[in-house]
Amino acid sequence: MLTVEEREEIEAELARYPTKEAVCIDAMKIVQRHRGWVSDESVRDIAELLEMSPADLDGVATFYNLIFRKPVGRHVAMLCNSVSCWIMGYEKMHKHLTDRLGIQFGETTPDNRFTLLPIVCLGACDHAPAMLVDNELHTDLGPERIDQVLEAYK
Amino acid sequence: MTQERPLTEAIPLDGQALSLRGYEQVGGYQGLRKALREMSPQAVQEEVKKAGLRGRGGAGFPTGMKWSFVPMGDNAPRPKYVVANADEMEPGTFKDRYLMEGNPHQLIEGLILAAYATQADVAFIFIRGEYKLAQERLAKAIADAYAAGYLGKKILKSDFALEMILHVSAGRYMCGEETGLLNALEGKRANPRSKPPFPPVAGLWGKPTTVNNVETLANVPHIIAKGLTWYQSLSRSRDYGTKIYGASGKVKRPGLWELPMGTPMREILEEHAGGMRDGLRFRGVLPGGASTDFLVEEHLEVPMDFIEVQKAGSRLGTGTMIVLDDHTCPVGMTSNLIHFFAQESCGWCTPCWSGLNWAKQILAAMEEGRGEPGDLDKLAFQTKFLAPGNTFCALAPGAAEPLQSALKYFREDFERHILEQRCPWKS
Ligand SMILES: Cc1cc2nc3c(=O)[nH]c(=O)nc-3n(C[C@H](O)[C@H](O)[C@H](O)COP(=O)(O)O)c2cc1C
Ligand code: SF4
Ligand code: FES
Repeated sequence: MLTVEEREEIEAELARYPTKEAVCIDAMKIVQRHRGWVSDESVRDIAELLEMSPADLDGVATFYNLIFRKPVGRHVAMLCNSVSCWIMGYEKMHKHLTDRLGIQFGETTPDNRFTLLPIVCLGACDHAPAMLVDNELHTDLGPERIDQVLEAYK
Repeated sequence: MTQERPLTEAIPLDGQALSLRGYEQVGGYQGLRKALREMSPQAVQEEVKKAGLRGRGGAGFPTGMKWSFVPMGDNAPRPKYVVANADEMEPGTFKDRYLMEGNPHQLIEGLILAAYATQADVAFIFIRGEYKLAQERLAKAIADAYAAGYLGKKILKSDFALEMILHVSAGRYMCGEETGLLNALEGKRANPRSKPPFPPVAGLWGKPTTVNNVETLANVPHIIAKGLTWYQSLSRSRDYGTKIYGASGKVKRPGLWELPMGTPMREILEEHAGGMRDGLRFRGVLPGGASTDFLVEEHLEVPMDFIEVQKAGSRLGTGTMIVLDDHTCPVGMTSNLIHFFAQESCGWCTPCWSGLNWAKQILAAMEEGRGEPGDLDKLAFQTKFLAPGNTFCALAPGAAEPLQSALKYFREDFERHILEQRCPWKS
């Protein structure tokens, strides 16, 4: 079930758009902000509130990269794998991160601290390589810088 | 004479956003005041058309002309919409983020003027989900603009009214494509729509909708406030105004610079970006983001504008250059680019999703030392299918551009991969 808070936040968005469907991506992001991810149950609840079919909503959910349909760790680290970062040493950074965390892309550390994902160009190409942790941008990465960044997310 | 940089000169150097007061002090919202006081919507359209402003989102479409397709007058369908395309997911492109973080009101004023020129009722800023700082600064700037009477009902005591909504996207390259963006805003998958009808006639929820890039809109307040003679004098070419150029890759000083439109590539790469890092040689460049053709040393004198870059066989695109050096493998770089396009293909058209996946596998195999003699022909063949006209949107032709030009300029490097059964850049 959606919490009262989630419901209120979604309804505030409804006031701004001409159709209920238009709010569906925002609604999933609201639920994700509260719970970390969007479960099948949440998809059904949101679909019901917005008068959509759960299958249609799931089709939308799976299209977008920033909607998580699987549980994630406490922090989500996303390493840019696009071209400028690739030129500036993406492969080394990727190896360092996966060694350090002991996981591959798409996986979560056993202590549930980090989920690691690839992401496309973060618009920080003049400070490549770049990564996001919990939507905060970290640039000019090298192995030491990555270690420092990870330390800041407990 | 110091060169004017209207789009960026007011951006604070300490990394903060220019406040509403700061923006007003450098002449901000004067363009809007002037338009509301003394110009009809058509006159604003006409001024932008005559100024020769061309879209900075990649395609270079004349902005005033796009606006003139919107049905006007009392019988026009309502509500009408304007959208700022702040999706910026073209790899190697980082100019719109800088403009939004540094001077959010400039975009807001440009969008209000676009709305006034097309008699729109609602404005959206469609921003990618990852741009958190820009979102925060825009949200605050929109609230400040409402409080100051630049948005809402009776703007600056005129009869013009406009609502502005910041829409945060959930990530996918296709959302930046004009009609994919409209579907995303409506809460759907961001597949493109068939055209015609074009968005200025039938866009969001079937109503007239104008979509413009952030940098395009940032030009508009200056054109209206200072006039087209001044605007045209900024440029060194027949495409007018300034352009925000960028460079990434192994140059000494990667970054962004607002320069006269038509500044030669060599000047940008050598004077502004500082040339190549010590010990490295320049081999090539994608002049305007991932979906533009490689240019090479013989093109360094090309003036960076829409007309001349096209003559050289590529596109100005977003004007943010990605530089390839001689210690970086051109096949690996092409493989990275095609991997991106294959992943972001929405799957609607066969030449795009199947062609790109095939090309992706061939390139990856080549990098891993499993290239085969016929591979280059197969890749060249795919670029034909990806060409304009065979697919529903411009993603596929955009993907073909770096591939076809890499095959042309770096053919020997591809051949070496196949002959030596390894990537010569990997030790
Ligand atoms: C796959 C794809 C992605 C695009 N992404 C963007 C983008 O992120 N930002 C943008 O302004 N234009 C993008 N465009 C171009 C838009 O379709 C459109 O041409 C542009 O927003 C129009 O604005 P302008 O005329 O001001 O340049 C993209 C095009 C394609 C085909
Ligand atoms: S060209 Fe590619 S991205 Fe564009 S509609 Fe076709 S399949 Fe989708
Ligand atoms: S390519 Fe990584 S930030 Fe642009």
